[in-house]
Amino acid sequence: MKQQELLNIPPFTEGINRVDGKLKVTGAAKYAAEFNLPNMAWAVLVPSTITKGTISTIDTKAAERAPGVLKVITYLNAPKLPGYDSGKDPSKPPTGGGPLRLFVDNTVKFNGHPIAMVVADSFERATYAASLVKATYNKESFQTDASKVLDKADTPKGPRFADYKRGNPEEWQNAPVKVEEEYIIPIEVHNPMELSAIVAHWTADDKVTVYDKTQGVKSTQNAIAQAFKLPPDNVQVITKFVGGAFGNALRTWPHETATVMAAQMIKRPVKLVLTREMQFNSVGFRPYTWQKIRIGATADGKFTGLIHEARAQTSSFEEFTEGTVNMARFMYACPNVGTIYKITPVDTNTPTWMRGPGEATGAFALESAIDELAYKLNLDPIELRIRNHADTDPENGKPFSTKYLKEAYEMGADKIGWKNRPSKPGTLTEDGWLIGYGMGSGVFGAGRGRATVKATMQSDGILLLQTAVTDIGVGTGTAMTQIAADAFGIPSSKIKFELGDSSLPPSPTQGGSMITSTVGGAVHDACLALKEKFQQLIGNGGSDKPDYAKVLKDKGLQQLDVTITSSGSSEMRDFSSYSYSVHFVQVKVHPKTGVTRINKVVSVADSGHIVSPKTARSQVVGGAIGGIGMALMEEAVIDHRFGRYVNADLAGYHVPVHADIPQIDALFVNKPDYKVNPMGAKGMGEIALIGMSAAVANAIYNATGKRFRELPITPDKVMI
Amino acid sequence: MKQFQYIRPITQQSVLAAIAQPGTKIIAGGSNLVDLMKHGVMTPDKLVDINKLPLRNVSTVKNGVHIGSLALNSQVAEDKQVVAKFPLLSQALNAGASAQLRNMATVGGNMMQRTRCPYFYDVALPCNKRNPGSGCGALEGFNRMHAIFGMSEQCIAVHPSDMAVAMAALDATVIIAGKKGERRLPFVDFHRLPGNTPQLDNNLAKDELIVAVEIPENNYAAHSHYLKIRDRASYAFALVSVAAALDIDNGTIRSARLAMGGVAHKPWRLTAAEKALVGKPANAASFEQAAQVAMQGAKAFKDNAFKLKLAPAAIIEALTHAAGLA
Ligand SMILES: Cc1cc2nc3c(=O)[nH]c(=O)nc-3n(C[C@H](O)[C@H](O)[C@H](O)COP(=O)(O)OP(=O)(O)OC[C@H]3O[C@@H](n4cnc5c(N)ncnc54)[C@H](O)[C@@H]3O)c2cc1C
Ligand code: SF4
Repeated sequence: MKQQELLNIPPFTEGINRVDGKLKVTGAAKYAAEFNLPNMAWAVLVPSTITKGTISTIDTKAAERAPGVLKVITYLNAPKLPGYDSGKDPSKPPTGGGPLRLFVDNTVKFNGHPIAMVVADSFERATYAASLVKATYNKESFQTDASKVLDKADTPKGPRFADYKRGNPEEWQNAPVKVEEEYIIPIEVHNPMELSAIVAHWTADDKVTVYDKTQGVKSTQNAIAQAFKLPPDNVQVITKFVGGAFGNALRTWPHETATVMAAQMIKRPVKLVLTREMQFNSVGFRPYTWQKIRIGATADGKFTGLIHEARAQTSSFEEFTEGTVNMARFMYACPNVGTIYKITPVDTNTPTWMRGPGEATGAFALESAIDELAYKLNLDPIELRIRNHADTDPENGKPFSTKYLKEAYEMGADKIGWKNRPSKPGTLTEDGWLIGYGMGSGVFGAGRGRATVKATMQSDGILLLQTAVTDIGVGTGTAMTQIAADAFGIPSSKIKFELGDSSLPPSPTQGGSMITSTVGGAVHDACLALKEKFQQLIGNGGSDKPDYAKVLKDKGLQQLDVTITSSGSSEMRDFSSYSYSVHFVQVKVHPKTGVTRINKVVSVADSGHIVSPKTARSQVVGGAIGGIGMALMEEAVIDHRFGRYVNADLAGYHVPVHADIPQIDALFVNKPDYKVNPMGAKGMGEIALIGMSAAVANAIYNATGKRFRELPITPDKVMI
Repeated sequence: MKQFQYIRPITQQSVLAAIAQPGTKIIAGGSNLVDLMKHGVMTPDKLVDINKLPLRNVSTVKNGVHIGSLALNSQVAEDKQVVAKFPLLSQALNAGASAQLRNMATVGGNMMQRTRCPYFYDVALPCNKRNPGSGCGALEGFNRMHAIFGMSEQCIAVHPSDMAVAMAALDATVIIAGKKGERRLPFVDFHRLPGNTPQLDNNLAKDELIVAVEIPENNYAAHSHYLKIRDRASYAFALVSVAAALDIDNGTIRSARLAMGGVAHKPWRLTAAEKALVGKPANAASFEQAAQVAMQGAKAFKDNAFKLKLAPAAIIEALTHAAGLA
């Protein structure tokens, strides 16, 4: 099929600009840390300098005497939060253990564990006073190096993480061609531009408003309500803008709760903004993960058996789990599949989901191993994937709601010039550089959750849509405006989308590529319901595109509104729904110095109908950049003798800069999946990253003949 | 950050008087010092801002160029004379930091910037340079960025500057003002090796001020190259860098200048390798031999063994570019 035919799809408009773009570039957009309230105080945390043990003495006298200090909080004087003793903590992950709580006792669980909070009348004074807090410790031996305790890894509780078996996975061993290799990714830290920040303000004895950096205003509302035993309505969480999060604001972290407590103690609003350094051990990270892939194929490239095994780090006090090995179960048609997932506790803080989460980690291993197999079979890696294409979901036998993975392979191969790829690695050179091509694919569940949207036609003809979702920077407001414009049939300039406030109708937390589908679906349904209400008002024979302001005026109404809660149809249960991505990369490698440069990137997304082309493109570009960082530079290094990070800043922890990033082509299959939601849209935030790091590693292999199974692939490793 | 006083004298004399007092520290662009103060690594009682001094000019002097110590990194990198006569220096400056930092950073501050060794930066960890006698955290720790030449048991840190590598190669001279007047110091003698006093980065006395750097005219402009190998394309410190300058006559090397960054406690001038190049044809064989000579005496640690391979490769690559053979 030619690309032209593939693109024979619903008209692909340029799409609208970001509705909040002007606010962002002019600085008018207000992020959590930018809220300043009358009489506000600043909090600064004092991190532990040991990794494990107990505080034997803590001297806060000098800090208390320092100028401007209002309170020094430690486990000795912190009040017991009523909700910390009972009930389920909504910020808790689904499996075992318990979340970290600050200032409840004298234990130190990891290096950087906050042991005190200093509150003062200015940030500078609080910072200085924090440096005066002195502690002595009873140190205990510790282990922060997960690679040393992989043998202690255990299977987490819960059915999703039990060992999985289909057929006889060991069949891979009997195959004529097989790969058995280990893959490692280091700790990676989200490091969004915006630091974790909160401003807490008790407006009454039992009422608190917080301006918070969170991906979910409702979940933070619940977490705070729970901790302080308040009715949720007494807690208002406001998050109008988020400067990137990538998963690190999915939970309500204990320093946020502690700030609310501090504000209650001193009866003044309190602001806390973490330092960049503290970001490394306060808001989660992608865990160190060891993986092993065993895969066998017939001589003509049919997979006969596949085992994906992973062991990842968690903290000593809490289980963190993610879907690292899941892709192996359903991505390819293979009769014999096994997955094993285990976690091993170490003395760090708890990891958390980081964009693409476990699936991105898993795809690095799986999509690298399949590339290795392709070379052994002397087959084009795309051809190998096509030969093992799953036409129905091999995990549950269900049909796919839509799947255009083959089209995506073809579009991307065409665009990058895959035909120029040398089939023998290390054979293509240009000006003394080795050139290579690589690809990798990604997949992530495409679901739809429940959300409530209020749609109001105002007397000025503006359609106001309200729901408590956050926009973590992806352009949710823009996408929702576009969906409403399409559903209601009015220009986007007549639509206002209000979000980021827990007092609005409920929406889920932004994460897991669910928001466009979930909230978009509810926006769509609310628009249709409001339209219907207008039709009833107007009666038969009226225009289906009335002048809404005039209708309201004629009927003597101030406004007309509906509030609609909606979620996915029951039909969805009969299908498997996934979004797919295929990433293509062309690299050049300088053989003598090991310098690797990305020449070209083409990322193709099969994520249903693209409701907002501009922000969708940004998602793909951002995911590709994240994948390049993951492949080539990101690594948080701990000196395991001390249990302390030794590159906890942006000079030491590298993410790509502009000079690292070439033109990135974002292509969309753009075929709707109406089973998932009425817009036909599937999620795309995660797939933009999943599989990208494998594509880079595979391209480097194609260029050099050197296979890298441990990230990041820095020049010192590549050098020949 | 510890509280401090701040003064901004307008004469060199008053600066010299101020820095003779204990607890004082010069501040120029502040791009390194302020970071270190925030980390509690440097804790001056009083900052002496020298930005009012008339030391910002780049001017021609007999036999070369005179660069005031307050000249900005970006200003020097773009200076017409520097670009024409010392393109190596311009390249090295542009390879450093980011555009924003180069707009703040001064020549004097760049020379005086401290190592980026993570143990030096973290007051909770041992470091002989920051806290003599506490031990060297890097020796058996994370030492991927560390030295392969001239280190001691006490300290294996590297000097992070790119500019200084070019200046060392170009036979620059540092002009220093002190109580007793001015003195001139060859640039290669400005920084020092750690030995048993790793707390001292260089030979500038506490009460002295860098006034300028002078670079003599040379015949290298047509054949020079600064090569910086780093973990990303921009905005990263060197794993290894090489300043290479050749004077080539009819395919034969008349003289050569070669220095490396990212390998020692100071910009590492490679005089033996330079000598090995003189009189040789400008070709791959000569460059390979020079690289071999350059690496004599190199020693690696747990994480930086790659430098033993990367450094000679970078030398050859830089010389190849300098000779116009790339
Ligand atoms: C993120 C980051 C990345 C960087 N990357 C690079 C890089 O890749 N390559 C590179 O070369 N550099 C790099 N730098 C360092 C940068 O070049 C230095 O911070 C800068 O050159 C310091 O100059 P300044 O004028 O700001 O010095 P200041 O911070 O003002 O001073 C630094 C020191 O010099 C002393 N001092 C200043 N002027 C004089 C004088 N005239 N006489 C005596 N003492 C003086 C001060 O007392 C102080 O101790 C980077 C810096 C950062 C923050
Ligand atoms: S190498 Fe030098 S700067 Fe680094 S820890 Fe050792 S003594 Fe300190």
